[in-house]
Amino acid sequence: MSLTDLTIAQAGAKLAAKEISAVELTAAHNAAVAALNPRLNAFITTTPEFALEQAKTADATIAAGKAGPLTGIPLAIKDLFCTEGVRTTAASKILEPFIPPYESTVTAQLKAAGAVFLGKANLDEFAMGSSNITSGYGPVENPWKRNGSDAKLVPGGSSGGSAAAVAARMALGATGTDTGGSIRQPASFTGLAGIKPTYGRCSRFGIIAFASSLDQAGPMARTVEDCAIMLGAMSGFDAKDSTSAERLVPDFRAAAARSVKGLRIGIPTEYRADGMSTEIAALWEKGVAWLREQGAEIVDISLPHTKYGLPVYYIVAPAEASSNLARYDGVRFGKRVDGEDLIDMYERTRAAGFGAEVKRRIMIGTYVLSHGYYDAYYLRAQKIRALMLRDFTLAFDKVDAILTPTAPSAAFGLGEKMADPVTMYLNDVFTVPASLAGVPAMSVPAGLSAEGLPLGLQIIGKHFDEETVLAVSAAIERAANFTAKPSLMAGGAN
Amino acid sequence: MSLDAATVRRIAKLARIRVDEAEIAILQTELNAILGYVDQLNEVDVTGIEPLSGGAQMAMRLRPDICNDGEMPEKILANAPDRAGEFFAVPKVVE
Repeated sequence: MSLTDLTIAQAGAKLAAKEISAVELTAAHNAAVAALNPRLNAFITTTPEFALEQAKTADATIAAGKAGPLTGIPLAIKDLFCTEGVRTTAASKILEPFIPPYESTVTAQLKAAGAVFLGKANLDEFAMGSSNITSGYGPVENPWKRNGSDAKLVPGGSSGGSAAAVAARMALGATGTDTGGSIRQPASFTGLAGIKPTYGRCSRFGIIAFASSLDQAGPMARTVEDCAIMLGAMSGFDAKDSTSAERLVPDFRAAAARSVKGLRIGIPTEYRADGMSTEIAALWEKGVAWLREQGAEIVDISLPHTKYGLPVYYIVAPAEASSNLARYDGVRFGKRVDGEDLIDMYERTRAAGFGAEVKRRIMIGTYVLSHGYYDAYYLRAQKIRALMLRDFTLAFDKVDAILTPTAPSAAFGLGEKMADPVTMYLNDVFTVPASLAGVPAMSVPAGLSAEGLPLGLQIIGKHFDEETVLAVSAAIERAANFTAKPSLMAGGAN
Repeated sequence: MSLDAATVRRIAKLARIRVDEAEIAILQTELNAILGYVDQLNEVDVTGIEPLSGGAQMAMRLRPDICNDGEMPEKILANAPDRAGEFFAVPKVVE
């Protein structure tokens, strides 16, 4: 098997057994990035020399008998995580010259665990988008193709570069962030596993902020076990994040191997939205059957405020974004466009530095927080957010986890769903509720569409019960036996 | 609620984003589509419901009010578009 087609668990075992070296593993991935990135555009910045340096250190750690499960494992890092000394753009032109003088907590923990960083993965600008087309550094191409077609498809978003990199075998795993579905929807579009942990599980320190009450880091990889390995290293209390949870990090890898026998799995009526494609509905039914066959009990539940998730999200997230993005004013970092006076400099800098979607969201956020409209929009949205949390709390009195589809469709073509912003927003209809409630949720590949594209199922769990989410996801993974590979990948076509 | 062109200009001003006159009509259409979509929230009875402001299942943590970082002006100024000594520099505000 080629070095780029290993799972993190397999690569870790080979490194530990000294069958391969970290330098060999990294060199193979650097070569894959060099070969495929010019086409797929999954990375904004690549760091091959830095990766080889880290790999040499990893080999020394292995030789000294001090290796952990991520020592020497090549990863892609979403370009929303600040990396000391390595340019970090958030896929925005406004941060084109930005070189962070500090490291995000999550990437610092991954470095300490011995992981190797191949480069900074492309994303929607400031993580605002569901297709990667809002990146200021060009769109990412999904390595998957429809049967018999060479049309370019989107990888989903916002963590689309992370998704494309791992799916195309340019990296063994990647960091993502998820505000309304930005790990789960691209994972579904590219045949990967990806988990958004509980809000507070991973530190937000050093992650460029979009919507602070929703943003969460998480891993994307080719198996549930690989996600569990990464999540273990990414999690944990951090005094530098005021919303970081003071909780011990469980053994996620062991949890992913647990049985689902006797677990109660909720099926929410309200997710059977009008117009759900028969293909997605059939996949969901399969997921139900797979869990039942493995001894889980299926329970019908109700999450009555589900349909309000997206409209609540499109008030809360832009409101927080308008506040968070006020810092980009051309004074302390980033690009500046000179003006006649200070205000004119701010306005020209922001007009030139932000793309259209970011401007729209800042303006919506500014409006809903403005005098006279705060109560009608923002406060009302926060109250409905409370009702959505209550829906989940009541449901979790009856069930251990919830099963839904991840996204309403498979990956779509570049240029589709562009008619108006709201059409694009509908991608996140199934992922946004868990984000608003702060509960953990994972997407796992469960099958292929009639056109040969991957489709994911979503498993939602209780606050801080990622262990059950991983166990249920692994059960779906076992039953689905998803072995399909994308058309474009390192080592040759499928 | 529907935004008129004057309100779009006012929001852009508040958001400190320069918008050309030609963009106003496009933004007006797009922003109104989003506001039209979120209007359905008015169906929900929110009487007596406390707003949920954060994602965390905990009260905000406090830390001792002590200085625990600093003395790194070069690091802080390294990304500044313009500087004067150990200060960020901006266009002249007062003549």
